[in-house]
Amino acid sequence: MFEQVVFYFFAAVLVVAGALVITVRNPVHAALCLVLAFFTSAAIWLLLEAEFLAIALVLVYVGAVMVLFLFVVMMLDVNLVPLREGFIRYLPIGIGIAVVVLVELVVVLGGDRFDLLPAPEPHPADYSNTRELGQVLYTVYVYPFEIASLILLVAIVAAIALTLRRREGRRGQRPEEQVRVRRADRVRLVRMPAVRREGLAEGGGGRAAAPGGETAPEAGE
Amino acid sequence: MPEFVTGAVAWLPHGLQVTILTVLKILAIMIPLVLSVAYFTLAERKVIGYIQVRLGPNRVGPRGLFQPFADVIKLLLKEVIVPAGANRGLFLMAPVLALVTALSAWAVVPFDQHLVLADVNAGLLYVLAMTSLGVYGIIIAGWSSNSKYSLLGAMRSAAQIVAYEIAMGFALVGVLVAAGSLNLREIVLAQEGSLLHWFWLPLWPLFLVYWISGVAETNRAPFDVAEGESEIVAGFHVEYSGMSFALFFLAEYANMILIAVLAAVMFLGGWLSPLEGLVDFGRVAGWSPAAAALLGPGLHWFVFKTALFCFVFLWMRATFPRYRYDQIMRLGWKVFIPVTIVWIVVVGLGVVFAVPPWFD
Repeated sequence: MFEQVVFYFFAAVLVVAGALVITVRNPVHAALCLVLAFFTSAAIWLLLEAEFLAIALVLVYVGAVMVLFLFVVMMLDVNLVPLREGFIRYLPIGIGIAVVVLVELVVVLGGDRFDLLPAPEPHPADYSNTRELGQVLYTVYVYPFEIASLILLVAIVAAIALTLRRREGRRGQRPEEQVRVRRADRVRLVRMPAVRREGLAEGGGGRAAAPGGETAPEAGE
Repeated sequence: MPEFVTGAVAWLPHGLQVTILTVLKILAIMIPLVLSVAYFTLAERKVIGYIQVRLGPNRVGPRGLFQPFADVIKLLLKEVIVPAGANRGLFLMAPVLALVTALSAWAVVPFDQHLVLADVNAGLLYVLAMTSLGVYGIIIAGWSSNSKYSLLGAMRSAAQIVAYEIAMGFALVGVLVAAGSLNLREIVLAQEGSLLHWFWLPLWPLFLVYWISGVAETNRAPFDVAEGESEIVAGFHVEYSGMSFALFFLAEYANMILIAVLAAVMFLGGWLSPLEGLVDFGRVAGWSPAAAALLGPGLHWFVFKTALFCFVFLWMRATFPRYRYDQIMRLGWKVFIPVTIVWIVVVGLGVVFAVPPWFD
């Protein structure tokens, strides 16, 4: 009973947040609504005792992906007027596509395709969702899991390779060279003995070297 | 929970009982935490003062001990100004969001073997998720203020936190592999034995990476480019005043203490005593129970280790100049992440071959 109330509460929040994502005008607000949607779906997963998946959803999508998304959206200076110009013109096509998608979804995912199971018995307190998931992932599904991770790795490398370009005349730091620098590379100690000039008083010995230009050019070190 | 409290609410229906007891437990964590935050600010000013050969605040109360209360009263009485061009709702929501995420991670912290609010199996993951949410308060604050400095601060903070979160996550993967559990209590129990059994030794590079990433994640010096007062005034909280500013302050310090607590739990054995293995606590107890309680494992060691890390936060702030932004990015992406990946492999090999004394 209590669980059902909680479920319907989160489900309602999720649906409202999902609807707001596509109806809100401000893109930053839309992104924040998407964050709320992720968060509530994580809460629903928690109700199913899938705590690993729920927290991973928050960690990956809310904590990393949406932060980057917001980062980009905030940098954009979106002018909303031209975006809304073609709205009426494209409305019939949009409605047509929406109807087709809806019909397809109903045909494929209609209610009679699901055998509605009763809610599973709650597990005992020492049940660890993380351990179960790991055990299945690394035994039964080890090949799909490894292949999927390899594909992701290739995608990461490709994304970095796409942005990598050599530019001429770029000035940057080379920390490894900076670390390797020794005193001898940068500092040259010059020995400048004081030279007595004609016509100056005895006491002015310290100053005498400078203007005369007669300092010995022998460099120490 | 002591008996007299459970007895006092025994006449209530069961659901209500659980709720009241949980709220009391939350308060038992929150009130000491808020007090430590208050005195952490004082400690910061005092410690940095002495490091810089000054005295620090010494006017309010004996030796300046009431300074935090003076600060709180001052902030409470100041006006909360909302800029004219700001997005009002988000502007007021941002500090709340920052504080909520900073406090909610405390639910799974094990203060003692039995002293933990929520003994969650995926505790480590939960902590990581909650700390990663803290960036929303900063980003939303920066954007909704509608100020250039704020937005710049928010952008810097977002990029920095995403970069260091990966390194931090990998460092925690190492801890998870070594302990064989995501439960923070079991992670501490896996370090039992002696000072040399604690994870700081086998996970030394991960310990360093975790600590530096933690400092970067809390936006503290030398990684405080999000505030960067010499470049962008005060960064994301330029436009905040009064209590809404105080909430950001509170969140930042609560996060610092949290990072210190987690470092103590995961690398320095939490509540375990450093004398374990050297002193036979059973024999000491026969001689003097009080001495055994003091030398043996307990909450006081946990507090001591946390305080040690808190001091290092202040020490680092007083010692190091601020990093340049591109250097921060380089350190996070090109140094820390490779280091952690290599060391996870090392730890994995150690676990597979059951290297004593840590992984057997």
